[in-house]
Amino acid sequence: MTSDLSIRIGGDAGQGIESAGAALARAFARSGLHVFATQDYRSRIRGGHNFYQVRAAQAAVEAQRDPPEVLLAFTRETVDIHIDRLAPGAGILYDASLPVDAGALHARGLAPMPVPLTKIAADHGSRVMTNIAGLGALAGVVGFPLARIDAVLREEFAAKGPEVVRPNLAVAEAARRYAATTYPDFVHRVPRGDARPRLLLHGNHALALGAVAAGCRFIAAYPMTPATTILEYMAAIGAEEGIVAKHAEDEIAAVCMAIGAGFAGARAMTATSGGGFSLMAEALGLAGMAEVPVVIVDVQRGGPSTGLPTRTEQADLLFAIHASQGEFPRIVLAPGTVPECFEAGWRAFNLADRYQCPVIVLSDLYLAGSLVTVEPVSLDWASVEVDRGELIDGGALDPDADGYRRFAITESGISPRALPGSPAAVYAAPSDEHTEDGHITEEIHNRVAMMKKRMRKEDTALRNSIRGPARYGQESARITLVCWGSTLGAAREAAALLSADGEPAAVLHFPDLWPFPVEAATEALTSAGLAIGVEQNFTGQLAKLIRMMTGRQLDGRILAYDGRPFAPADIVQAVHRVLAGESDVHIEPGEQRLPAETEVGVNV
Amino acid sequence: MSDARDEFDLALKPTWCPGCGDFGILSAVKDALTTLAISPHEALVVSGIGCGSKLPDYMHANGFMTLHGRPLAVATGAKLANHALHVIVVDGDGDAYGIGGNHFIHTVRRNPDITHIVEDNQIYALTKGQYSPTTPQGKVTTTSPEGAIERPVNPVALALAMGATFVARGFAGEPHHLSGLIQLAIRHPGYALVDVLQPCVVFNRAQSYDWYRQRIYKLEETGHDARDPAAAGTVAREWEERIPIGVIYAEEGVPAYEAQLPALQPGPLTARAGPSATRFEQLIARFR
Ligand SMILES: Cc1ncc(C[n+]2csc(CCOP(=O)(O)OP(=O)(O)O)c2C)c(N)n1
Ligand code: SF4
Repeated sequence: MTSDLSIRIGGDAGQGIESAGAALARAFARSGLHVFATQDYRSRIRGGHNFYQVRAAQAAVEAQRDPPEVLLAFTRETVDIHIDRLAPGAGILYDASLPVDAGALHARGLAPMPVPLTKIAADHGSRVMTNIAGLGALAGVVGFPLARIDAVLREEFAAKGPEVVRPNLAVAEAARRYAATTYPDFVHRVPRGDARPRLLLHGNHALALGAVAAGCRFIAAYPMTPATTILEYMAAIGAEEGIVAKHAEDEIAAVCMAIGAGFAGARAMTATSGGGFSLMAEALGLAGMAEVPVVIVDVQRGGPSTGLPTRTEQADLLFAIHASQGEFPRIVLAPGTVPECFEAGWRAFNLADRYQCPVIVLSDLYLAGSLVTVEPVSLDWASVEVDRGELIDGGALDPDADGYRRFAITESGISPRALPGSPAAVYAAPSDEHTEDGHITEEIHNRVAMMKKRMRKEDTALRNSIRGPARYGQESARITLVCWGSTLGAAREAAALLSADGEPAAVLHFPDLWPFPVEAATEALTSAGLAIGVEQNFTGQLAKLIRMMTGRQLDGRILAYDGRPFAPADIVQAVHRVLAGESDVHIEPGEQRLPAETEVGVNV
Repeated sequence: MSDARDEFDLALKPTWCPGCGDFGILSAVKDALTTLAISPHEALVVSGIGCGSKLPDYMHANGFMTLHGRPLAVATGAKLANHALHVIVVDGDGDAYGIGGNHFIHTVRRNPDITHIVEDNQIYALTKGQYSPTTPQGKVTTTSPEGAIERPVNPVALALAMGATFVARGFAGEPHHLSGLIQLAIRHPGYALVDVLQPCVVFNRAQSYDWYRQRIYKLEETGHDARDPAAAGTVAREWEERIPIGVIYAEEGVPAYEAQLPALQPGPLTARAGPSATRFEQLIARFR
């Protein structure tokens, strides 16, 4: 029995690929397996091919793994597209009616396993249940108890009534029996789980749950892949949890609404992707100038412009750090895993309140959309701290005093904040430069003092709240992979593979990117051996930032901008190229080229 | 005008030019709030950027001077976070109908309980005299040296077309009348537009106090039925010869946006903390 199995399910949009894949992932998770499941929406090829990949393992997994051992193909094209990217001896399950040349597959050392999926679906239910037949057949060949899948299907179809549930289960069982008896000797079997309950969720949901736990009461956003599920989740639970989720007319309105809500005193956020974040640039400065706490999530996708709408990238880092005119304090976080998304979800609100400034959380499509099993303790309510910073009770202020100085100059740069609504705390916040009591002025001494006051908040944050890079693996490894964001999972696995192969490697991951933790970074890089940046962008933005802030030039850079997530094996190969003397390794496409006329773009 | 408006007064002197229509608007705002017995801490005055948008700096009330074109969005967020506040937006015609045009359209149809006072001087004044969305066709300005080509926006007609539930026009030269309109607008439970004819004595000398005085008439003196959409549509299109001021349209019984949000039924968001452990556990359980 393998301890780590990857299954790819491919077909046309509309064939129920995603629902089948997600059901399989959940069934695996409930059996106590560690799961990583990710969807690959492809710019529409003919019927709109896409695939879903589910990895099930006995140990924790934080990345997808290629090549898969099983392909479940709902179209002939799926076989053609993926045939070169399968593990030796991989099984290919497909509908017996598809014109697939089984002999040719055999000749390549693959195991063709035709099953009359459509016929079974039609005989026991209806043709629309072909994807369910596929799941049943899969369970049959990899030896996974169908009851686990049944339970998930029952829940999924519960709302539709028993007359929908029953045939689906019958279809799954018939396909399982057929496949199990026809292909009893298939070598790749699903590992056995430890039956411990875990959660299965993606980064966007984890981030939203973190926000909810922190007491976020307001989100305004404009739909944009891959951020949309954050707004949708908040909207879905809004009525029961008392959260206002506003679909705004555009991203400028969205961030401005969040700033208005934050100004009034609610914990408020917005979520978007790079295009929307670009539109928010001016308002970012408003939050900086008026010292309004607000959380802005940028779930990155392939750029520039509309770019690769359904693909992943990490190319907004330097923009997030510099966006908007002028200079003002801001905080930029970049969680690397689903549990870190949860933590960033609540921590961002504390930092926004504590430093009364915008906090940007950088996520990406891969992290936002991949389903991962996590231990319940990493999403524990009790681990959530709520710190509203120097929020003062306006009602307790002395109404006869000289007047409330909202922007009082302090040593920390943080001015005690009273919310609008108390007689003694009345003030107006301008986006113009202003005095301590909030009146517009261009007076030179005031200007200098106010700039210093606001910027001091970054120093205070750096001293008290910002985390240095986290090291995974041994201290003085020969190789250190330097990364940020969702690259962490693949980098850690790559480091483990390299270490196992006699090349001791560690990972240095930056969870907090601004204010940049200069001292901690400098120190960590001193004992990093050969430091190689691993980033999903063209220009090596973290490497640039490190150089800008510490003077340290990384020894190599592994860069991918193909929109596909790193697989650990990609990184291992690239590291060998760096060891062989290349300083910059650009990941080249491993897939076969598709005919140009079949690539049709989609805008999302 | 009532004399009790010192509550809202500040020692700070406005930087507006002597004779600017914004003075009349400021005193009307203060007077309306005083008459309605709304205190400075119960009101939130949100503005954009422009001459008129400096208004919150010149009165004692909660205020937020935001970005050019964005006050409606900021105000909407503040209102949704704390609907106990009386939220008033003041901005110029460039701010409201030009750069903020998209927010204007959507705020009107959204109908939050926000009073929107537009200081409509038909010019970009703070940037020294470029044509604005309400500048008459043919007018020569620094950015329309051959005369403005575009047809002007008719803000009151546009608001009606977007389903506004309260539309009025006032005149900065009649602050007492304007105060009355602002009071009605504040009491209206939904979005209320008060487009104010505001003389700019520096960059728009054509539309002077006298120019307006010769043309304006008061709708309430004509028996205009503000509940009648057809009548409202007719008077909304009047301009040049005769310019109506007063309440053009007022529709009752339409609930405000925030009144329809289940999340706001227990009260303002600002007063509420996060979920209990049990509630949160229920949310998490859905990911098992
Ligand atoms: C994004 C942005 N663009 C341009 C400006 C410059 N600007 C400031 S006020 C203004 C126009 C003012 O006109 P209006 O809103 O009608 O107000 P008024 O000054 O006439 O009262 C412009 C273009 C700005 N502040 N921000
Ligand atoms: S320029 Fe015009 S609008 Fe601006 S303050 Fe002077 S008179 Fe008023």
